[in-house]
Amino acid sequence: MSLPARIARRRYDDVVIAAPVTIPYQRHSTQSAHWWAGRALRRVLEVARLSAADVDGLAVSSFSLAPDSAVGLVQHLGVAPRWLDHIPMGGASGVVALRRAARAVQAGDADLVVCVAADTNQVDSFRNTLAGFSRFAQDASHPYGAGGPNAMFALLTDHYMRRFGVQREDFGRLCVAQRANAARFEHALLRAPLTLEQYLAARPVCDPLHLFDCVMPCAGAEAFIVTRAPVAAALSLPAARLLATIERHNAFATDAIQERGGWLLDAGELWDMAQLGPRELDLVQTYDDYPVISMMQFEGLGLCAAGEAAQFVRNHTFTLDGTLPHNTSGGQLSVGQAGAAGGYLGLVEALRQVTRAALGNQVERARTALVSGFGMINYDRGICTGAAILRGD
Amino acid sequence: MSSLPPAARSRAARRLVGAAARGRFALPVCMRCGAVQYPPRDVCVRCLYERLQLRAVPEGGTLLAVTTVRVTTDPWFRARLPWRIGSVRLDSGPTAIAHLHGGCEAGARVRLELKLDRSGEAVLFALPAVETATMQDDRQLREFTQEPRGRNILVTDGSSALGRETARALALAGARQVWVGSGQSSPAFAPRAVPSAGATDLPNIMPLVLDAADPRQLQQCAAQIGAELDVVVNTADGFRAGGGLSPDGAALVRASFEAVVVGLANLAQAFGPALCARAADPAHGMPAWVNVLSIYACASRPEWGAYSAAHAAARSYLSCLRAQFGRAGVRVAEVLTGPLDDPAHSDQPPPLVRPGQVAAAVVELLRAGREEVVVGEVAQDLLARLADSPKALERELARGVP
Repeated sequence: MSLPARIARRRYDDVVIAAPVTIPYQRHSTQSAHWWAGRALRRVLEVARLSAADVDGLAVSSFSLAPDSAVGLVQHLGVAPRWLDHIPMGGASGVVALRRAARAVQAGDADLVVCVAADTNQVDSFRNTLAGFSRFAQDASHPYGAGGPNAMFALLTDHYMRRFGVQREDFGRLCVAQRANAARFEHALLRAPLTLEQYLAARPVCDPLHLFDCVMPCAGAEAFIVTRAPVAAALSLPAARLLATIERHNAFATDAIQERGGWLLDAGELWDMAQLGPRELDLVQTYDDYPVISMMQFEGLGLCAAGEAAQFVRNHTFTLDGTLPHNTSGGQLSVGQAGAAGGYLGLVEALRQVTRAALGNQVERARTALVSGFGMINYDRGICTGAAILRGD
Repeated sequence: MSSLPPAARSRAARRLVGAAARGRFALPVCMRCGAVQYPPRDVCVRCLYERLQLRAVPEGGTLLAVTTVRVTTDPWFRARLPWRIGSVRLDSGPTAIAHLHGGCEAGARVRLELKLDRSGEAVLFALPAVETATMQDDRQLREFTQEPRGRNILVTDGSSALGRETARALALAGARQVWVGSGQSSPAFAPRAVPSAGATDLPNIMPLVLDAADPRQLQQCAAQIGAELDVVVNTADGFRAGGGLSPDGAALVRASFEAVVVGLANLAQAFGPALCARAADPAHGMPAWVNVLSIYACASRPEWGAYSAAHAAARSYLSCLRAQFGRAGVRVAEVLTGPLDDPAHSDQPPPLVRPGQVAAAVVELLRAGREEVVVGEVAQDLLARLADSPKALERELARGVP
């Protein structure tokens, strides 16, 4: 039996994104995820001059909220939304929350949705997160050295380097540029200048990954509002329009090892829906817990051909004034990885950039931004991919 | 208490433990479409059918990628860094993360084994496809085996050919020191001197006065050798014919249990704490307790009913020791054997098991890091019949089919 042809995807009409909020990260925190989520929600409400009663919808992402989910959080925070979602998609959480919230707002199921990602990092919580991350990780990757995502990304990186002839210097270019961007971003935990020589001389963590290839786990929160343009205007909130989004899970499952991601299946749809092409971007935010995955995003999203990201990196500069400003706050590699908030970091930063609200690191003429997400090393590879294109006025 | 590697597993993953314990390579296979499942699933990834069963699958694979873990959140691995793992495309289809032998390089062919790790859980270990002479000496492989070379081993009962042959095989396998227990006078533990022939011609075999029926004497032994002890092999068999209609039935049961079960408990109480303490030091390999048991521990042979019951009880008690010593990182293993070719079984039909076969099985079990080895055709046949139909086997044994 063959299914009827798919209908064309609807555009997002007057759905907008506003009120980008970052709660400054800390390396370790004695507080709970609830505390971080609560601070992010309060800050969003302060920025928008709203009260808790105005929270019409809420989307939550967190790794450290247990035993609670979004349900426990609404009672904890005293809000009564008529639309609630819990999005456990790690690094894809920001894009996916945005997609869900945008359609809810467009359909009238909720008029104003607050999207929050928050995680704490208590001294021993990272170990516990890894040990209980997923059924397959518990059974088939964690017992093999317990190296966490470092080890799985090391394997992907090892394969990718040999498969496509990529050198450590190629990854280093991305990391060094991001650190330069972080110097201008007040919330980055790692702001000390980094040279390519220092990058190459760093101690190995999981070969071929070295220290500056790996994110630093930390505590923090990110949030934003999704609503209709007239609501944002009534609140005098600078806002960005949502041109297009994509989402995919478990793509290319029969590939022996991950060397491409789900973006490759959906990028055509993304650019068609946005009615523009990669050359019209003013900046790009990739999900960068390790530089190899930024490379796969460049390839998957059509910024370059498959297997040619290293050459693409050699041909571009990625600083705020570069040929393609990339991870303009420093990305997770410099700001830190606050659990699921890492999946919001690029989106919130892109929103600040295209609404001219950057925190000291404004890219000139930033109007159109591509944000990409990548989530959940469930076993040997990342499962969730997504992307969104935002446009400011 | 020593740390152990991560031990949480799903039920589906735990089904691999049986194969790893016996040294077999088997993975869950879909009973409808034949797809091999890894990581273990509850539903087929190809056709969504829910009947998945463990089946032997090809052991080969290709090593796609390698990493050396130098930072870990786990204390057991931290004491053993750096640690190499790899991503292996199995010839049977799926991709698996595996521990690596030092000789495995990216891109090369490998052979996979299911091993028990220090927590007693099943893990995949990749070895070079081509065997080499020094392969067993690999640093990571030795974390999954109890290789006898260079280790200090106690064989509890030197009064039997089984004990003497076992000591000899371990000495020849390169054990640093093998103590062989010689029974003291005790009604439950047949007193016989360790004969010089076959054992003491090897300089690394030392007789040790040991009485499994005497807890106080055993404590003295443990004080003497416990600090260096790596492996205990309990060969006490306590064979006595007779069952329910024997005139001295109850006395026979009591004597069998004294020799086999109480003896094991006494030995475990004396030497168990030493092995557990030894396990805490990563400088030593994994300590082990190996018990030789009659296959009739698994199904009673009526004319040897007291003996069968005692071995069944000992096997149950070993399971208890496996859990409790296992928490400290000690391997508890069993060698299940059919009737031995010794004076006590001179009336038995062939095939009988030569004591040397059991001795070789003990060495092989330690070398491969297994938890269970079955020796001899009678024992293998009995287990196959048991798996097929326990009641049919019971009737067969009742009718005198061995």
